[in-house]
Amino acid sequence: MKVVLKSILNSYNESDVRFSDIAFVIFLRLSSLAVISIFISLIYYLWSGSLPILNRFGWHFFFEQEWDPNADHYGALPFIYGTVLTSAIALVLATPISISAALFLTELAPRKIAKPFGFLIEMLAAIPSVVYGLWGIFFLAPFVRDHIQPFFSKYFGFLPFFKGPPFGIGIFTAGLILSVMIIPTITSVCREVFLSIPTSLKEGVLALGTTRWEMIKTAILEAGFSGILAAIALGLGRAMGETMAVTMLIGNRPDITFSIFSPGSTMASIIANESPEATSTLHLSALSAIGLALFFVSLSVSAISRMITKMTKSKFSK
Amino acid sequence: MRFLINLLFVVGSYTAHAAVSINGSGSTFAEPVYTRWFSDYQKVHNSAQFNYQGVGSGAGIKQLLEGTVDFAGTDDPMKAEDAAKAKEAVLHVPIAIGAVVVSYNAPIEGALKLNGETIAKIFNGTITKWNSPEIAKTNPKLKLPDLAIVVATRSDGSGTTAVFSEYLSKVSPDWVGKNGKTVKWFTGSLGAKGNAGVAGLIKQNPGTIGYVELVYAKENNLPFALVENKKGEYIEASNKSASTAAEGTKNEAVKNNFKISITDSTQKGAYPITSFTWMLVFAKMPKEKGTEIVNFAKWAMGDEAQKTASSINYSPVPKEIRTEALKAISKITLQ
Repeated sequence: MKVVLKSILNSYNESDVRFSDIAFVIFLRLSSLAVISIFISLIYYLWSGSLPILNRFGWHFFFEQEWDPNADHYGALPFIYGTVLTSAIALVLATPISISAALFLTELAPRKIAKPFGFLIEMLAAIPSVVYGLWGIFFLAPFVRDHIQPFFSKYFGFLPFFKGPPFGIGIFTAGLILSVMIIPTITSVCREVFLSIPTSLKEGVLALGTTRWEMIKTAILEAGFSGILAAIALGLGRAMGETMAVTMLIGNRPDITFSIFSPGSTMASIIANESPEATSTLHLSALSAIGLALFFVSLSVSAISRMITKMTKSKFSK
Repeated sequence: MRFLINLLFVVGSYTAHAAVSINGSGSTFAEPVYTRWFSDYQKVHNSAQFNYQGVGSGAGIKQLLEGTVDFAGTDDPMKAEDAAKAKEAVLHVPIAIGAVVVSYNAPIEGALKLNGETIAKIFNGTITKWNSPEIAKTNPKLKLPDLAIVVATRSDGSGTTAVFSEYLSKVSPDWVGKNGKTVKWFTGSLGAKGNAGVAGLIKQNPGTIGYVELVYAKENNLPFALVENKKGEYIEASNKSASTAAEGTKNEAVKNNFKISITDSTQKGAYPITSFTWMLVFAKMPKEKGTEIVNFAKWAMGDEAQKTASSINYSPVPKEIRTEALKAISKITLQ
């Protein structure tokens, strides 16, 4: 026993090993084990929960369009479609704003402004999503209904993407609220990336006689490209998993429509909506399977973003 | 330190006092009435501590079957499939009646009257304008606006949806077999979470029509339509008209162990979109907990408890049905 503990503590002198040390090491090991076992039990629970539906429909479950719990017929495609579309809208809107904000904060803003601004942007990330949802229902949705939707249907109404009556509630509004929610995430990561670029690099580029814009383009945007990608991936992860604000604004219909103004549904929102009252085994199992899919997609997105960040860091530390 | 010791004493004496703790969960619709009843009941009977969590009827039934809770609340009778899973027979005690109203936001002065067929057509997307001939036919005196109808429904699985869609399946052949706690609504309708979510959609968007619990509509002053019943009368939803729907169903109730539908009632003066909300208890229970549950259920069937319920907008259960329910409660085996 003592030998084992000694090897754990990397100590060769027996008098160095105290009981408190041993207890502390055991406590730390158990804590890390708890984290891992939570992770594994989560996967196991979702997997065993989704077995009935996968046995019944197989992998077709993820490509099936019909979702009708009364007929015990389940397909996940409308929710995958909704998640992809809302996240895509959020990224398209949030990425340019976030990168520009981060550039402004690191390169252009005087320090007096940069600090409180950076703080404000980070504060946005701390607002609970249900508050965003409320703001969305009472302010954003009527605004989209009265101003944005009429504009699009007037000038671009011939395109299938902008068809449909103006509800104010739907995929577009959900994407819009998501973009507001992920701006702080992308901005603060981009800011870290831009700050980590060595000043010598920027000065070197400027010394070659470039303009400020050319310096930003080559020394910051191009050099920090992989970091920006990582920031976007982090934002994407948050957008896909967001539940409450989306449920309040998306209109919750399991349909696939081309119009971004029509109501839709996402993987997270269908689970939040239907799991408390899902009584049939297949219904619960279908929701578990959607949860499992969401889990793996989010996991791989965050893994990719981590890999990219690691690559960027090693590039500059050389 | 002394404060902590005192605190421990207080907590200790409190738990020692309430020896048995009875836990229930289920219907969110019935949560306010249980909470109110528990606080009233425990002022007089303090031998047990009662708790109720509104987690949804489906989840409540699941927890009852798993043995996590001692009783469940539901707005939708248990399915045969679930009953088969139960280790004992489950008794449905009808504790109150709820009504679902069709609420709207449209510039209409005066009471809007709708019949079942029209409601069914609005909610399957066939009628799309407020001034359509079907609505005009039942409202000859009203000035109806040329406004598009937006349909708002519940997106979460809900007893409210179950009652409403069950009514639709009775009044319209289009809806047969499509009713349940979750319904596949037509493309272009909107869904929101909870009564509050649907009410929010109605308030925010002119032209919207949706269904919410009477309790919710009353507390939030939402306008709602008069609905035609089987006798051809246009009835405003109220505690009285909802209770009337359950009258004269005594024999049927006894025959089906109280698991009966009271939508589209044939009674005169009855509001047609109504349902019981039930307290589910096992017919065989361990003595200590069982005695407490039985005593509470008997108390809930009394006049006083029913009066309290109607003061917070739950419609009371007719006396004749309560008498039968009391007989059934007395038959519960305690061992």
